[in-house]
Amino acid sequence: MSRKPSPETTCRVALVGVPNCGKTALFNRLTGSRQKVANYPGVTVERKEGSFQSADRRRHYQLIDLPGTYSLVPATLDEAITRDVINGKLHNEAAPDLIVCVVDATNLKLSLRLVLELRRLGKPMVVALNMSDLSHRRGFKLDRARLESELGLPVVATVAVARAGERDLIRALDVMSGALEAERACVQRAAEDDLVQLLSTGKYRVLQPAEPLNTSAEISATQREARRILSVAGYVEPLRTRALARLDAVVMNPIAGPLLLAVLLFAVFQAVFSWAAVPMDLINTGMASLGAAVRDAMPAGPLQSLLVDGVIKGAGSVLVFLPQILILFLFILLLEDSGYLPRAAFLLDKLMGSIGLSGRSFIPLLSSYACAIPGIMATRTIPNVRDRMATILIAPLMTCSARLPVFALIISAFIPNRSVGVFNLRGLVLFALYVAGVLGAVLVAFVMKRASFGTSYHPLLLELPEYHWPNLRNLVVGLYERTMIFLARVGTIILALMIVLWFLASFPGPPAGATGPAIQYSFAGMLGRALQTIFAPIGFNWQICVALVPGLAAREVAVGALGTVYALSGTTDNLDAALRPMIASSWSLATALSLLAWYVFAPQCLSTLATVKRETNSWRYPLIMAGYLFAMAWVASFATYRIALAFTGGA
Amino acid sequence: MDSSSRTSSPASVPLASLHKGDRGVVVEVLETDEGVVGEAAGATIGRRLIEIGFVPGEPVQVIEEVWPGGDPMAVRVGSSVFALRRREARAVLVQPGAAGGGSP
Repeated sequence: MSRKPSPETTCRVALVGVPNCGKTALFNRLTGSRQKVANYPGVTVERKEGSFQSADRRRHYQLIDLPGTYSLVPATLDEAITRDVINGKLHNEAAPDLIVCVVDATNLKLSLRLVLELRRLGKPMVVALNMSDLSHRRGFKLDRARLESELGLPVVATVAVARAGERDLIRALDVMSGALEAERACVQRAAEDDLVQLLSTGKYRVLQPAEPLNTSAEISATQREARRILSVAGYVEPLRTRALARLDAVVMNPIAGPLLLAVLLFAVFQAVFSWAAVPMDLINTGMASLGAAVRDAMPAGPLQSLLVDGVIKGAGSVLVFLPQILILFLFILLLEDSGYLPRAAFLLDKLMGSIGLSGRSFIPLLSSYACAIPGIMATRTIPNVRDRMATILIAPLMTCSARLPVFALIISAFIPNRSVGVFNLRGLVLFALYVAGVLGAVLVAFVMKRASFGTSYHPLLLELPEYHWPNLRNLVVGLYERTMIFLARVGTIILALMIVLWFLASFPGPPAGATGPAIQYSFAGMLGRALQTIFAPIGFNWQICVALVPGLAAREVAVGALGTVYALSGTTDNLDAALRPMIASSWSLATALSLLAWYVFAPQCLSTLATVKRETNSWRYPLIMAGYLFAMAWVASFATYRIALAFTGGA
Repeated sequence: MDSSSRTSSPASVPLASLHKGDRGVVVEVLETDEGVVGEAAGATIGRRLIEIGFVPGEPVQVIEEVWPGGDPMAVRVGSSVFALRRREARAVLVQPGAAGGGSP
């Protein structure tokens, strides 16, 4: 607590508001890219903090963006965090000096009750009348000065999506924080005259804290008071424009709505799959040539191998996810910013609800078909923690693109290329593998609904906000934020795991005069052979077991690892062709089918588990995930192997 | 009007019984036993419904229903639209028919 305003004063400001009031856009406007995203300790709730300066640049504001809430009586974990931070009751989180309550100028009836509830806390507060430009254009009427005097709080107009739209808010904060510091100085000097004078200006009076609201009657009373204030302040809402009403009539129509949704989802899926292909290839070839350059420039040895096969390959395996993540999040941000996403959740609520998920689970699950990592990161758009965890846990059962090289190799080696009716047998097998994943997911979701989580009912109560044009600045900030989270937090874990796997596959080197491939003598080889006791009942030979270890880096790596184990050399293109006859002659059909079943379910991707660890902020969920996937994969492979053996009569 | 009173006018019906296009005015929000809204115990469904604008005197309109079964439904209340399931819409009693004026 500073005695007098020094050039470097820091003031902690909390941004509070109902969901969809444009709070995050205002946060982005105020702080730009000076943001830090983390989690509150021990929970999955995202903590966003940023900073900005006063108009005279003498004061430094630390801004914390609290989760949107309708009330200080929390219904969700997010809302509980908001209440606790405001009250200074959250561990390791100092109470804010100032509160900015963001209200949507085009929906004051919904927002104003929260202002009244916050006012009772008796903390210094500014009301930011956000989307002021839009309310003006759409014909809303409001006497801002009258609202200010009725509330006894400064009310400033803000436009989060326009340059300088935050200027008035910063000015109000400067005045208030100046008054606060002066007041503190006054209290310390016990100069009562100054304090009285300060308080008598009225506008920045110190409010007396009141009891929090408890009963429905009290909440109804604040609603009545909010409506009284609005009518005194001359608040008039225009009729909704016909265009918006027509748009809703299509988007939420029981027939046209789901059709439009299907088209949109297909477009997103296609984009994530196909647009990302070119940049992913570029990253792969770029990292490969970088690796080759380093290999040429350095003497052969463990250090060269560490750099080329460990670090550069590992970094490449992190970066290669970025194009998909960026494309997926671009679409999600567009759909979310425009107000479409909650409507999609509305349409899908019944369908997804029948297996215990939420309508919002759909996009994360769909994108998991490209890759589970962006899919799991996308579950942040699911507000309910239970639904979010259920979605994360089944995301890896969606058949991701990394499984395709493995499926393609085995199917082309074992399944004859003949037609069954109008279909191709190989195509049918591939389709069956996708269906098996979906059925597995439905089963797991259903069991989760019945077992651990299904104790309490969760109502929908989902706001369908007015449509908006997406804002470019918000898109850019949002994408930048996701990229940074992925690179800084998920990426570092993946990179570390890649280096560990490189170590396991490279050491110890083969003894002098060894005849087999080097990997056979390494820790990975030993591990693979040890694993054979577990995998022998499902028909895996030791070569497969050894290949599964480096295959933990990413599923498709298993193909290359099989090549190494079978002592083949060459690029991926002809490696596939060389491997096919090799495995066709040395594996039984039962083994091949068993391996296919294994890859439908198995937790064969450490990057996914690393992402789950980061996103859920605990080891609990990745461990549950790895455990149930392993069990499911083993049982499925065992059943497949035994049934196939019985049919082929093999031993 | 006291929302905590258990009596309601005989003409009022649950919001859950309305269909697409129907209008009404909120009479009362019932305090349900089905308490917890989310994982952080505290709010009840009835309380949350009041917080999001289901206040006595407020006009409401069902603007869309999802097929089949008409669940969930999209309800305009004040200037917001909320998606509710019929299950939580049972807690809101409305006087049907009236197009409804402004605030009480």
